[in-house]
Amino acid sequence: MLLVAAVVVLVALPFLREPIATDDRLDAPSDAEARRLTLVEERDRALAALKELEFDHRTGKVDDADYRELVGPLRQAAAVALRSLDPPQE
Amino acid sequence: MADLGRAALVVTLGLAVYSLVAGGIAARRNERRLAASARNALYCSFASTLVAAAVLATALVRHDFSFRYVAAHTNRHLPTAYTLSAFWGGQEGSLLLWLLVLTGYGALAVAINRRLLRDLTAWVVPVIGGIATFFSFVLVAVASPFDTQTAPFDGAGLTPSLQNPYMVAHPPMLYLGYVGLSVPFAFAAGALLSGRTDERWIVATRRWTLAAWAFLGLGQLLGAHWAYVEVGWGGYYAWDPVENAALMPWLAATAFLHSVMVQERKGMLKVWNMVLVALAFELSVFGTFLTRSGVVNSIHSFAKSSIGPWFLAFVVISSVFSLALIMWRLPLLKAKTKLESALSREAAFLYNNLLLVALCLTILWGVLFPIVTQLVKGETRTIGRPYYDFFLRTFGLPLLLLMGIGPLVAWRKTSLRALTRTLAWPIAAAAVTGIVLVVAGAGSSSPGLIAYTFSAFALATIAVELVRGTRATGSLFTLVSRNRRRYGGYVVHASVVLLAIGIAGSSAYSSSVERRLALGQSMTLAGYTLTNRGVTVDPKPNVTETRAHLDVTGRWRGSISSGDNQYVNPPEPSREVGIRTDWLRGEDLYVIVDESHAKTGVVFVQVLVKPLVNLIWVAGIVFLFGSMVALWPDAREQRRLVARLAPASP
Repeated sequence: MLLVAAVVVLVALPFLREPIATDDRLDAPSDAEARRLTLVEERDRALAALKELEFDHRTGKVDDADYRELVGPLRQAAAVALRSLDPPQE
Repeated sequence: MADLGRAALVVTLGLAVYSLVAGGIAARRNERRLAASARNALYCSFASTLVAAAVLATALVRHDFSFRYVAAHTNRHLPTAYTLSAFWGGQEGSLLLWLLVLTGYGALAVAINRRLLRDLTAWVVPVIGGIATFFSFVLVAVASPFDTQTAPFDGAGLTPSLQNPYMVAHPPMLYLGYVGLSVPFAFAAGALLSGRTDERWIVATRRWTLAAWAFLGLGQLLGAHWAYVEVGWGGYYAWDPVENAALMPWLAATAFLHSVMVQERKGMLKVWNMVLVALAFELSVFGTFLTRSGVVNSIHSFAKSSIGPWFLAFVVISSVFSLALIMWRLPLLKAKTKLESALSREAAFLYNNLLLVALCLTILWGVLFPIVTQLVKGETRTIGRPYYDFFLRTFGLPLLLLMGIGPLVAWRKTSLRALTRTLAWPIAAAAVTGIVLVVAGAGSSSPGLIAYTFSAFALATIAVELVRGTRATGSLFTLVSRNRRRYGGYVVHASVVLLAIGIAGSSAYSSSVERRLALGQSMTLAGYTLTNRGVTVDPKPNVTETRAHLDVTGRWRGSISSGDNQYVNPPEPSREVGIRTDWLRGEDLYVIVDESHAKTGVVFVQVLVKPLVNLIWVAGIVFLFGSMVALWPDAREQRRLVARLAPASP
């Protein structure tokens, strides 16, 4: 009985603490925040890809010709991702 | 006592149902307080399961034979460690362990992520609640560890072969792995249910997946070593359905650990990763079903098994649920980029995934074959070792090669000339190894020779990676600490190579002979000469130990004993093998005495020489080390993730 009583109190605790909630909505990210999260992921991915390419070039996995071919589009993608996250003020 | 255990399980069932239903409603309607209440119910379900587990553990330690479970799996002679290990020695206890680990893992994973991933964890709670509902229902209604009886004076005891230190650690290790795969599954399902299929679920479960996978791998190696020293047939893996039950989810999880990196780097393979997570989870439940229902050992035991139909229903329902979820969210899982080249790291991961999943499904077919033949033809046909060995070679050897090539291929694209230059040293190492082995006479087994050559190639790759990386960063410590997951992964690759060498050596190059030896008679195998010095019988309170004693000369001088133990309670025999390890060669001299006559001194003996078998156990230590390197918390990475996720979770 003690176990059941303790469990009931703990499960009901959010309602006991706030019998009437001013705002009962779950703090889920809004669509705008979700979009921002996607952009942050794209930025991190682009920056990580650049870093990886530099490392692969230094360790010989990517030769100079491949490096020159790959680095341009990656830098461009990183720049686009950064710009999307921080658009210029009007 | 038993009433308390039963009550605790009923409370757990109630809490699990509440987490499922209230948690689902809260997540669907976006209600904060109800979601917090469902989360608390999940936390409490761990506490109530812990109470039930404590009741069972106490009953075991006190030898309370009024508990049917305690009487069926222990007796008064059993040492305390084995008495406690009986917790997972039987069906009901091991299901209770499943539930304990599930609610513990689930509560911890939700507690850790609840602030940063509030929207996701709101959906994770009902998913874990759903799984916990199933297991607590089975424990309450179908297979309770708290059934009671009039207490007999003594219990039936634990099967002698389970009275082994490895059996204390092996099952819980496997369960930590099996159940651990529920966490990534719950977060993946949560991501699909919430429609937030970004990378957060992967980030949140990365270490959980890795830990579950490491536990599964180590659990299997401990089980293999137990089979080797205790079961006494001279091998360590028999492709038994129960052994395969642990291997299949491990293979699926291995594929996932690789393919998830492609999603992180390139945003590709999102559907595939969801499928793999679901597959690994379903196979872990299926593995528990196989182990506990007895469905494969005997088809007829299926009808008798009390939990079998329930498990089967759960596997079917959860598989349909997972597939339906993935199909529903397919538009959200579209990749934004494409494979740029067939010669790239992501392509290598894809090939690796195809081979791992093919091996996994091949094993699954082998496990299911007796059931299918029973259903279709009305007779049970089993698939034997040659089937599994063939597919292990077919998929395993290319995997070994790929393990060498993959790390040296760059992301996005690698030109053939760059790859050829990078692979020069590993190819040279493989060629030299192959030539030396052929000259040394190892050409007798083509698969063995190929395995050794590919192993040399893969090891050389790891060495090249470490040397070049150290040159680029200035120190090995900096290199590893900057990317623990990658370099921990390379250490794990090294352990797989050691495993491959050990398996190849002990299977392709082992030698064996069986003889009847009269007293004083000798036999020779692979440079060892064994002479029969007689048989002794040693009666003890609960066991009679019969041993044949053999003197060994030649490559090693000493004596070795082997025979059997006949236990009084439970009245079962146990084969006791004699093993002499040569650590310098990694080789074992393995002696099995099948029959011995104390009066005449005549013994029937099987002697095996297993080259390099001990590398398999060394591989386990290296695997553990590599897993720990990969799992070690990285404060910088954590700060980056918090910065990334914080704006999404106000």
